[in-house]
Amino acid sequence: MPPLISCNNLTIGFEDRVLYRDLSFDINSGDYLFVIGENGAGKTTLMKTLLGLKKLLGGEIKVSSGLKLSDIGYLPQQTVVQRDFPASVFEIVISGFAGKSGFKPFYSADQKKLAVENMNKLGIADLKNKCYRELSGGQQQRVLLARTLCAASKVLLLDEPVAGLDPYVTEEFYELIRKLNEEGITIIMISHDIPAAKKYASHVLHITDEPTFMTKRQYFSEGYGAGFAILKDNGN
Amino acid sequence: MATLIEYLSYPFVRNALIVAVLIAFCSSLMGVTLVLKRMSYIGDGLSHVAFGALAVASVLKVTNNMLIILPVTVVCAVILLSAGKNRLIKGDAAIAMLSVGALAFGYLLLNLFSVSSNLAGDVCSTLFGSQSILTLNPTDVYISLVLSIVVVIVFIVFYNRIFAVTFDETFAKASGVNVSFYNILIAVIIAVIIVLAMNLVGSLLISALVIFPAMASMRVFKSFKAVTIASCVFSVFCALLGIMIAIIAGTPVGATIVACDAVLFLVFCGIGALRPS
Repeated sequence: MPPLISCNNLTIGFEDRVLYRDLSFDINSGDYLFVIGENGAGKTTLMKTLLGLKKLLGGEIKVSSGLKLSDIGYLPQQTVVQRDFPASVFEIVISGFAGKSGFKPFYSADQKKLAVENMNKLGIADLKNKCYRELSGGQQQRVLLARTLCAASKVLLLDEPVAGLDPYVTEEFYELIRKLNEEGITIIMISHDIPAAKKYASHVLHITDEPTFMTKRQYFSEGYGAGFAILKDNGN
Repeated sequence: MATLIEYLSYPFVRNALIVAVLIAFCSSLMGVTLVLKRMSYIGDGLSHVAFGALAVASVLKVTNNMLIILPVTVVCAVILLSAGKNRLIKGDAAIAMLSVGALAFGYLLLNLFSVSSNLAGDVCSTLFGSQSILTLNPTDVYISLVLSIVVVIVFIVFYNRIFAVTFDETFAKASGVNVSFYNILIAVIIAVIIVLAMNLVGSLLISALVIFPAMASMRVFKSFKAVTIASCVFSVFCALLGIMIAIIAGTPVGATIVACDAVLFLVFCGIGALRPS
């Protein structure tokens, strides 16, 4: 089976500044890829390039024939605007369908049903009519994840989804993602969390000036991850 | 009360009330989006542009001002929105330059070419609305009617996508929503609303009509739909109340309406603070 997403010799960066070159990696269906690296290394830029939100400076991204761009769901980092947004949980979750409705002005009954199913799946069905800004950080993140599931059901790109969550909620969120991954959804997760990568990832992409891509086993046995993790621990 | 009933029997007062309700309704629709997208200042900038366009229109002695003001304001709205992404000129600086420039040129033009004997009065009335809502001719009423209906229909049809773009532009883009189209659509709707609202409150007070209802409702209501509906009710109520007070007390219409908005906003703040979360 050909890989779901195949990236060859990508050049990633901004129009006036290249961050790194010659990045090649494949993502197969069911993979759980952790993208790690320091702040400003270009993790989010890579995600946005994969999603077509930023221009690809070089190389090519091949997507397997069965996969459409709209099958890739994106969970962006939360913005300041969202924290005090007056909207109910249901309104936000169902807005995941906004790009799929074509010329129809309203959401269909099927879409409403799916939205409720996704909320059930993530354990937030009881929050349906609650106001988004009154939820806890972990609940907000689940709401946004439910919205992403409405938009796409095959691949999820998550950009530091646990940033700012307390350890207990973080663990819960990782378990949720693991469950989705076991159900067959391919996960690409940007994170600083090396221990979590060790626990959950199938592959690791370490972004530096010269990014390295390998399976989790290779990554942690060759000492990259171990070294990085020790540095991080000392830093904290 | 008797005065009020007597006034209501005049067709020009009834016209004023109809148009005021329509304008108040439309202007509150986009308020929530503007406030949340941090675009309130665009409304303010555009209203000054509309003043400049009005000055040009009156110097050229165009039979209907709207024919010039509307297209000029719409074009500026689109330019301002794209300027937001331009790194050479910062978005807010561009807006400040355009709006102050338009204000200055407008006043200059009126001074140089005006045939009116009461220039200060004219300028004051375009800036603050004063009584212009009470002197609408049937064409103005008709145009306001059509434009308001168009704005409401467009808003309802695109409601879900306007919500998506307001809440999370990046996500909306990634999930296939044509974000730049909707941003331009939002800007155009705002431009139309501002041109409409110039009649009611004058160009300096328009932002109040857009922002107060949204800010007030956001204090009390918890879903986007509820906030939108509440802002409409809030805005229409203030417009009607303001006009009635203005008629009875002989105060300027625009300023009275905005004063009502401001007072009611404080009331909503109080309610919001008392309400347990």
